[in-house]
Amino acid sequence: MSYEPVIVGFLCNWCSYRAADLAGTSRIHYAPNLRVIRVMCSGRVEPQFVLKAFSEGADGVLIAGCHPGECHYVEGNLKALRRFHLLRKMAEQFGIDKDRIQLVWASASEGTVLADRVNSMTLTLKALGPLRWQSGVPAEIPVTEEVH
Amino acid sequence: MADKPKLAMYWAASCGGCEISLLGIHEKILDVANAFDPVFWPCVMDGKKKDVEALPDKGIALCLFNGAIRTAENEEMAHLMRRKSALLVAYGSCAYEGCIPGLSNFYTAKDHFNAAYLSNDSTVNTKGVVPVTETNVPEGTLTLPAFYNTVKSLGQTVDVDYFIPGCPPESAQVLAVVEAILSGAELPPKGSVIGAGTVALCEECPRKRDVKRIKRFYRPHEIIPEKDVCLLEQGLICMGPATRSGCTALCPQNNMPCIGCYGPPPNVTDQGSKMLSAIASVMETAFEGKSEEQLDQEIAEVVSTIADPAGTFYKFSLPHSLLRRARPGTAQKEKTR
Repeated sequence: MSYEPVIVGFLCNWCSYRAADLAGTSRIHYAPNLRVIRVMCSGRVEPQFVLKAFSEGADGVLIAGCHPGECHYVEGNLKALRRFHLLRKMAEQFGIDKDRIQLVWASASEGTVLADRVNSMTLTLKALGPLRWQSGVPAEIPVTEEVH
Repeated sequence: MADKPKLAMYWAASCGGCEISLLGIHEKILDVANAFDPVFWPCVMDGKKKDVEALPDKGIALCLFNGAIRTAENEEMAHLMRRKSALLVAYGSCAYEGCIPGLSNFYTAKDHFNAAYLSNDSTVNTKGVVPVTETNVPEGTLTLPAFYNTVKSLGQTVDVDYFIPGCPPESAQVLAVVEAILSGAELPPKGSVIGAGTVALCEECPRKRDVKRIKRFYRPHEIIPEKDVCLLEQGLICMGPATRSGCTALCPQNNMPCIGCYGPPPNVTDQGSKMLSAIASVMETAFEGKSEEQLDQEIAEVVSTIADPAGTFYKFSLPHSLLRRARPGTAQKEKTR
């Protein structure tokens, strides 16, 4: 069976979730790999949510919000952007490729922008291969045997 | 002696600072000696594993276990002490959440052996000898405990009754716990973190806090911080916002940023990601007249002044965090980059 990446998507209520709705009602075909979680604002996405998604089996996490300057809560998306940059840097130290965490600004009218990003991210993740944190990063191997 | 409750203090992967912190209660240690019969305390008195094995199960009233679980021996002793102790307390940050030994979870056992026995500049090891679990010699087979890839906390290994955070736990807090146990007062619910506060460290920090707008972050040796002003405001990464209170903010009071040894505050699972959140919140950025690319670049510049986010934010809590360790091979990749 070919590998299908799992992308956990945090979509903001005011722009990106509506973009996803629009993508649906416009019958845009895009990769079915995104699992959508609606949040009120991209600024609500704690780094903890992202790490939890990875630790429980996600291959990638997509954070989607309103364009800078258009946030329903004025600057929630700016907070998201700052976290995103720092989180990507930190994730690399854990061996999580930075492209597994992506951010897209998609307004309510940009169904295609969201769909395109899901498509491109799915391709990127397929190239990177599965992450499988629980089984792929095993916690309990005594490796003295491997050490010689 | 025989009728006194029995006390044990054991160390696994630890530095010995926890034992000193218990002695830091000064003359009150005599009360402890009066109230308890210390049966097993390898740091200060002779005692053998077989003596502990000979005790009845739950025969030790209180066991203060410090140190993380690094080797098969640590794990075996954790199981033994659990079986023999009525109350097993994870004493200090290593037992509670992995602490400094836990930082080795950014590497693998192979990386460590390589650094310690093979590639180290001061090491000459032409035959490439590294410790193995079994070695055959004419007299028979010699064994060593297995060295794990991943450091675990005590709570990830056995059932633990209480957790005392701190690296090491502050003596005043230890004293409060000891006195509570000695007084026979009702103990808090099982699984509680004891000997610590219930809010973030900033609450007990005497430094003045105002608006934080950071354009670049500094490491402690790069600036001399202003007196009495919040260290985070001055660009030092102070772990206060994501750390449990209880130490009276000793480090910030002495011009050093908090490094997070009391672990996450109550109801926080992952100290590092909370700290990441806090740091992201204090960066200075504004939209005005900027394109999305300019914004990205501006933020990337601030982020680039944070040298080692994972090691800083998870200095004490890596094994206890959501990810628990890095993917094997990550460290080498970073080096060659």
